[in-house]
Amino acid sequence: MSGLGQLGRNIRSLPKNFMESLIRQGMPNSSRGRSKTVFGNVFLHVHSTRTHRWSCRPLFTMGLGIALLAVFIALAVSGVILMIYFQPSVEGAYNSIKDIQTVVPGGRYIRNLHRWGAYVMVALVFLHMARVFFTNSYKGPRQFNWVVGVILLVLTLALAFTGYCLPWDQLAYWAITIGSNIAGSPVEITDALGITDSFDVGGMQRDLMLGSKSVGGPALLRFYWGHCIVLPIMMMIFMVIHVWRIRKDGGLSRPTDIREDELAGTPCDELAETAFKEKHDKTYGLMCVVPDKTPAVDRGPEQTVSTWPSVFYREMAIMSLVILSLVLLSLFFNAPLKEMANPAVPENPAKAPWYFLALQEIISYSAFAGGILLPTLSILFLMLIPYLDREEGQSGRWFESADIRKTTIRSAILSAVAVVTMLTVNVTAGWLKLSQIWITFINPGTVLAGLFVLLSLGVTARTRSTRHGVTVLFVYFLVSFVILTYFASVHRGPNWDFYWWPSLWPTH
Amino acid sequence: MSNEENANPKCDRRDFMGKAGVSAFLTAMGLAGAGSLVGLSPSVLPDPSKQLKIGPPQDYPSGTVRVFDEEKVVVISDDEGIYALSLVCTHLGCVVTLDRGSGQFDCPCHGSKFTMEGEVTKAPAPRSLDRYEVSLLPGGQMLVDQGVRLDSGEKLKV
Repeated sequence: MSGLGQLGRNIRSLPKNFMESLIRQGMPNSSRGRSKTVFGNVFLHVHSTRTHRWSCRPLFTMGLGIALLAVFIALAVSGVILMIYFQPSVEGAYNSIKDIQTVVPGGRYIRNLHRWGAYVMVALVFLHMARVFFTNSYKGPRQFNWVVGVILLVLTLALAFTGYCLPWDQLAYWAITIGSNIAGSPVEITDALGITDSFDVGGMQRDLMLGSKSVGGPALLRFYWGHCIVLPIMMMIFMVIHVWRIRKDGGLSRPTDIREDELAGTPCDELAETAFKEKHDKTYGLMCVVPDKTPAVDRGPEQTVSTWPSVFYREMAIMSLVILSLVLLSLFFNAPLKEMANPAVPENPAKAPWYFLALQEIISYSAFAGGILLPTLSILFLMLIPYLDREEGQSGRWFESADIRKTTIRSAILSAVAVVTMLTVNVTAGWLKLSQIWITFINPGTVLAGLFVLLSLGVTARTRSTRHGVTVLFVYFLVSFVILTYFASVHRGPNWDFYWWPSLWPTH
Repeated sequence: MSNEENANPKCDRRDFMGKAGVSAFLTAMGLAGAGSLVGLSPSVLPDPSKQLKIGPPQDYPSGTVRVFDEEKVVVISDDEGIYALSLVCTHLGCVVTLDRGSGQFDCPCHGSKFTMEGEVTKAPAPRSLDRYEVSLLPGGQMLVDQGVRLDSGEKLKV
């Protein structure tokens, strides 16, 4: 056979051979083919080939994790498009955003999508965290994945913050000013200790953030760099870890005592019922030869369904729903853009986007306590939850016991009453007149948080359950976040004064 | 844990060499990484000029309040003399505005309030507005020096 003849045959069969090398296991048109595809495809293999029916219950996860992935993809795509037009300079930033709004084809829509996407993502992150907490799903072996989740929450907020600082409008300029001064607020402590001259942590942080002594071009460039390079890369790394660990920790959490009626409405695989016995009569082989226990000894993969199509259909439904909502939102509502940055006069009131309003309210009690101390302690508490509460309990069900449900409801009511009382006292009577260093540690924010820490300890002691204890504090965190956000958005007006309604604001 | 791993509770020579190697690797990588981060900290910090000429004292009869937007300074003249206050809120750096009705400076961002003398009347501001030195130049002009801070109450007597 001649070499050229062989070459000719190779070229003729190129499409077929290429397809075979691309999809090694053949087209996914049989159950076996689909399973092999899920197993072998780099994007699909984050799923196992079979998924437990419990994970298909829509009201269990509410699809929040998948929804977050969808929003993140929408944000990444729209962000990359915006990058072509956005100019990260004091002279160019605002005008380039105006260009995007008015001249660039579809620009207004893309910017709307990016801004609303960010708002939606922050909301979903909080809801997702609440879902995992209230289904008791941070318990072993998922402790570390909860920590990764909290890191993703922080990264989401950091991306949101650096993002709205870029257009160099009034919101952006004053947010950078306030943000950098919060970074500099440890000076309250070092001043009180008299060590600012030799050890100025606050000043160092502020300079690092701004790249200058004042807010200007270098700061804008740093925020741009953080928003477009550093934070997205970190985000993607931690997202990969987060998703990977779900798989490695055995899929979504589920109780061990699932009743058949609880699985009503989920897909069912007749074949699996006959193929897998509840108990296997032989142990599984070792995954590899290491000194350790064998995985899943004596347990068959009962109550599972094929991931393709049962899980994929559900995921596609959620993703479509999310993208559709974002598209509709972006077509009909324009993203906020204030006037061009004016270093001489901030807006009055100068309000942050909704997710930072709770923070803005407690910052109005003390810069260091509200801007650094309480947020840091809150994040630390959230991260440590799985290590503070190591009680074994049923995972995978909302409110695993009637007691927990009761504690949750009681803490929610108590938190609401406490926060509203604190706000009422603060608005009507004001706070104690103390010297600055005392205000840093004794202000409405710290006092209330301290009281709830004590309450949480008391509940832990009384119920002899750390799960109850962390529930009290977690519920307080959520409830105070919601109430403060509402209060600051509706009832704070010019000069951060109290008003019953925005329509009562004085007009200048 | 198996017997094999518990057999050598102390680390043997091979273990030691391995650990030393890994530590050396991590230290080298860590220092190289940390070293390159030095670039994040700016050494040249451009700062606008801190001195501001504001004209002769005759332009400031008692009762004058003149705001210099760009420099974020207000020059106030009363019966006791002339003084200059920073308009930058000592809480988190927003610019305060003078409410001429109540004779107070209000901060729009977090609600701090200051008197005409710069004293805090409402938290969260931790301290009074910065008070800058006002001096009389030989030519008869006055100079506000934002590099020199004064104690509260000090004024230029003319």
